[in-house]
Amino acid sequence: MKYIYYPGCSLEGTALEYDASTRAAMGALGAELTELNDWTCCGASAADAISYLLSMVLAARNLALAEGMDMDADIMIPCSACYLNLRKVEDHVQQDGTLMGKINEALEEEGLAYNGGVKVRHLLDVMVNDIDPEAIAPLVKKNLAGLGVAVYYGCQALRPYATYDDHEQPRSLEPLIKALGADVHPWEMGAKCCGAALMTTKKDVAMELTGALLKAAQGADCIVTVCPMCEMNLEAFQEPVSKARGEDLGIPVLYLPQLIGLALGLSKKELKLNLNLALADSFKQRLSI
Amino acid sequence: MTRKQTDLGIPVGESDLLESVQEKVRACMQCGTCSGSCANAFAMDLTPRHLWRLAQLGETEEIFNSKTFYLCSACYYCTLRCPRGLKLTETMGALKRLAADQGIKKHKQSSNFYDAFIKTVERYGRVREIEFINRYFFSLKDPFLPLGFTSLGLKLMRKGKISLQLPILVPIKDDKGKVKYFEGRFDKLFRKVEELEARS
Ligand code: SF4
Ligand code: SF4
Repeated sequence: MKYIYYPGCSLEGTALEYDASTRAAMGALGAELTELNDWTCCGASAADAISYLLSMVLAARNLALAEGMDMDADIMIPCSACYLNLRKVEDHVQQDGTLMGKINEALEEEGLAYNGGVKVRHLLDVMVNDIDPEAIAPLVKKNLAGLGVAVYYGCQALRPYATYDDHEQPRSLEPLIKALGADVHPWEMGAKCCGAALMTTKKDVAMELTGALLKAAQGADCIVTVCPMCEMNLEAFQEPVSKARGEDLGIPVLYLPQLIGLALGLSKKELKLNLNLALADSFKQRLSI
Repeated sequence: MTRKQTDLGIPVGESDLLESVQEKVRACMQCGTCSGSCANAFAMDLTPRHLWRLAQLGETEEIFNSKTFYLCSACYYCTLRCPRGLKLTETMGALKRLAADQGIKKHKQSSNFYDAFIKTVERYGRVREIEFINRYFFSLKDPFLPLGFTSLGLKLMRKGKISLQLPILVPIKDDKGKVKYFEGRFDKLFRKVEELEARS
């Protein structure tokens, strides 16, 4: 298993632990990640709100770089917003015959060209479709028995493009979570929106959405996420959300590769578990981290 | 010559402003599935369904008076559920672009956010949180807004999650090899994209 790895800006900043744990857990699972050389911002949700062509060009630049690596490997992306932006280019050049030409005219400025020859995949897709849960079970070193995990898929890893799972009631990660020895928390919220960038521009609205998720996750021991924005919204606003709702909605939140890494016996340091914002002491003690 | 503007600041007679949006929702049959699917509808002044009707009717002023499209968090629920298969999330994006383009004051709190973000990308190629957040809050000229984020900022700073790394700028030299000024990482690329967009 070889992948070209596109971390994206968040994983260099607010989601350092997602980067570290993705590399560590994928390594422990026998996958080889080669970081995309000279990668740049995908445009996030901003480029599309300013200029459509710019959003295509910023994302396509990274795809052109990946093609240039000539590796015969898919590009793997842990951030849902980055993934969607790059994946959209793949789709839109097929829908619109004139788009590739425009993108390449712009990319000439960078001395690059995009040919549509690289497959864009989210970390979720790789975990669900390339990793065999039966092969994981023998690698498990730490017993997570009885740990209730609310699996949170969020929006853009699934919608609009994922074909391997239900878009509204996703369950594709459950075999993996169970292979780790943990229990799946039953809830209907796995694919609901966390509010995304509205947390900055329309905070009250995003707090409602995040609050509904935190509320539904009560009873689980933790939430796992596959996106830096989801993680931030769910872990960093627990205090104000609890205050606004008049009940304690605190719950540990960690990235999926952190949970996998824990089960595989990777260290707290390798998984950068000290950087998470909502890991309660009782949770750490239980997992001896 | 300054063009005559409506109260919102949209040039009068800009009748084709909505054309691309109208094209996208022409087949809407007003079933309301999109509104019923939208987690943010509770905060919208117009439901998505209503917005599409107004678009069909060409009600530019009413549409840009609404904050509905800036409340779209691009969750793609409506797009996947619309029985007519309309690309609704993209249409919300198109409205955000139009509002930013027209510089409509009432939407500054949202459009400035995207603008500050993209300027950071233009300059550094990757996002530098500190510069970006500063740019955004500064552009809003509202000293109280950042307060809601200070405790988070401090928390992130303590965890070393706000990078203080120095940005990479491109030195532009004169004939003698002396540095004249520094260019942003993507100034050239952004100029080219603008030129291409103006052409079409
Ligand atoms: S779901 Fe589609 S057809 Fe129904 S109101 Fe919304 S846009 Fe129109
Ligand atoms: S994509 Fe936007 S408009 Fe559609 S359901 Fe989601 S938030 Fe609402």
